[in-house]
Amino acid sequence: MGIHTLAGWYPMVDNIIEVEALKVHFPVRGGFLQREVGPVRAVDGVSFFVQEGETLGLVGESGCGKSTTGLAVLRMLPVTSGKITFEGIDITNFDQNEMRPIRRRMQMVYQDPFGSLDPRMSIGDIISEPLEIHRLHNNKADRRDRVTELLLMVGIRLDMIERYPHQLSGGQRQRVSIARALAVEPRLLICDEPVSALDVSIQAQVVNLFQELQEKLGLSTIFVAHDLAVVRHVSQRVAVMYLGTIVEIASRDELYASPKHPYTKALMAAIPVPNPVLEASRAHQTIDGEIPSAQRPPSGCRFHTRCIHVMPICSEIAPELRSEGNSSVACHLYS
Amino acid sequence: MASTPLLQVRNLTTQFGSGAGAFTAVNDITFDVNAGETVAIVGESGSGKSVTALSILRLVPTPPGHIVAGEVVFEGIDLLKLSDAEMRAVRGNRIAMIFQEPMTSLNPSLTIGLQIAEPVNLHKGMPWNMAYKKAKELLERVRMPDAQGRLNTNPHQFSGGMRQRIMIAMALACEPKLIIADEPTTALDVTVQAQILELLKELTHETGAALILITHDLGVVARYADRVCVMYGGKIVETADACDLYERPMHPYTRGLMASIPRLDQPAGVRLVPIIGQPPNLAQLPPGCAFNPRCSEAAERCRRDTPNLMKAGDGHSHACWMVPHG
Repeated sequence: MGIHTLAGWYPMVDNIIEVEALKVHFPVRGGFLQREVGPVRAVDGVSFFVQEGETLGLVGESGCGKSTTGLAVLRMLPVTSGKITFEGIDITNFDQNEMRPIRRRMQMVYQDPFGSLDPRMSIGDIISEPLEIHRLHNNKADRRDRVTELLLMVGIRLDMIERYPHQLSGGQRQRVSIARALAVEPRLLICDEPVSALDVSIQAQVVNLFQELQEKLGLSTIFVAHDLAVVRHVSQRVAVMYLGTIVEIASRDELYASPKHPYTKALMAAIPVPNPVLEASRAHQTIDGEIPSAQRPPSGCRFHTRCIHVMPICSEIAPELRSEGNSSVACHLYS
Repeated sequence: MASTPLLQVRNLTTQFGSGAGAFTAVNDITFDVNAGETVAIVGESGSGKSVTALSILRLVPTPPGHIVAGEVVFEGIDLLKLSDAEMRAVRGNRIAMIFQEPMTSLNPSLTIGLQIAEPVNLHKGMPWNMAYKKAKELLERVRMPDAQGRLNTNPHQFSGGMRQRIMIAMALACEPKLIIADEPTTALDVTVQAQILELLKELTHETGAALILITHDLGVVARYADRVCVMYGGKIVETADACDLYERPMHPYTRGLMASIPRLDQPAGVRLVPIIGQPPNLAQLPPGCAFNPRCSEAAERCRRDTPNLMKAGDGHSHACWMVPHG
């Protein structure tokens, strides 16, 4: 079994990507001698996989390590420990040269469509640049055809091809970023908050575009976002992160219908629903405090300082992710 | 009819720039805020919601902006007719403002104790030592841990959520009758957003202050607002009681917004229905209704005449030619 793409033939694997016990620590220096005073544990032991054609949502609040996880999977950040397997190949220790052909098959869409497009390049050039870099179409006419095809795919009018990013709206820029990422026919797309900078009416357009592209192209996606409602629309499975760890991972329906981890429950309760009648009957119990520093994470379960169900064991032993029905939860309440 | 509203905004119009580049950010808007109620102004970027807030407080940067028409009647006095000195006596005293970015609206080089005590000293003439005591009480009311110890610290030592608590303490310092909060939690995480909004709700209830909550989040509106004004292209296109608005949105833009938000109270497979096109550029508004290029119901009249708010029921008004009124 295999799959033919523009970039050649690849073996079929069940899991496009497997991440095992991934840790990404950033050194912090301080004091007079600029000695290392202990790392920021941005990602601290995260394991997950993404299947062929599947979208995994990675949600959490700022500082939970969701973006760092995305960048580490692309090997754009040094990995402290753990293992990343892409299409069956261990890429954890690949250098930049070895990564280049891999990156053709895993592409990234960033949050800020203003900062991630070169203001001095036309839309056509932005989208054809990856084709040149990866030498996929050596002929100018072919490249032009591919750019046209991509613009149609993401819903950008063809007369925009000569325009520059500043002449486009936020939604259009994000469509261009998506077209650029799709140009080289990647098998894995990593999207870091791709719709959170957009206005509500435009956000819905881009969310729908993601859904269409997933259906049409069978892309595997890691969708990093803080908005649980958006993630629900595009993901088949969802992982909830807190302070560098995954606290719960489950199929979408399972997670939203019956969240198990107290943090997942608190997150859901904190999101107001656009329905005043329903809101009036909902309990507005808020969790106290804010996310602690990733430099000195709490002992045991990292959520124990804010958890309403906290038990003595929680501050001593870090709970492992365990299967609980159709989901996996890292919480002593379920072990 | 109950007593006169606390705030009556009448035909308020604010323009920016001059000559060919001039545009109208707030275009002939009229709404009331009653004592003690929460009115949400909701809209997307460029809808004019923030400029509305700045215009009420006369904080529009001039030039390039200037209020060209209308009245802002607060407690029976038209704020637009006051001298600068008289206006300063209102700001931070009778009307307080909470901004989106607590880091840029707090002075980084002054202690938070001084910043909270300052309005009390300035407006109420309270001596500094008393004002500092009051500042400590205010910090306790916004549930700042170790309030006494925190008086002498600077804003950079606090997280975003804590800074927003400091902003709320400052806003409450002179017991204002009206608080205007411009996207107070947009920069915060959801769990912290929930804490701050609950706190704001609790404190406005306690003090009886009215609140104008400016936001783009229809979920936040549903949870906290009594009444809602929906803005688009510098105009209020629909206003109603919150429950009424969500149950019977009338203006095509409001209906479009409701259909385009991903929501947790719907089945997961539901496709969002986006509004086509882009939000308008205020400098190049189309003739007629500003929403007409994106509206599936637009007819010839919509492209020619600009609709104003028209009554469509008890407390419910909208500005659309195509939707029946009354």
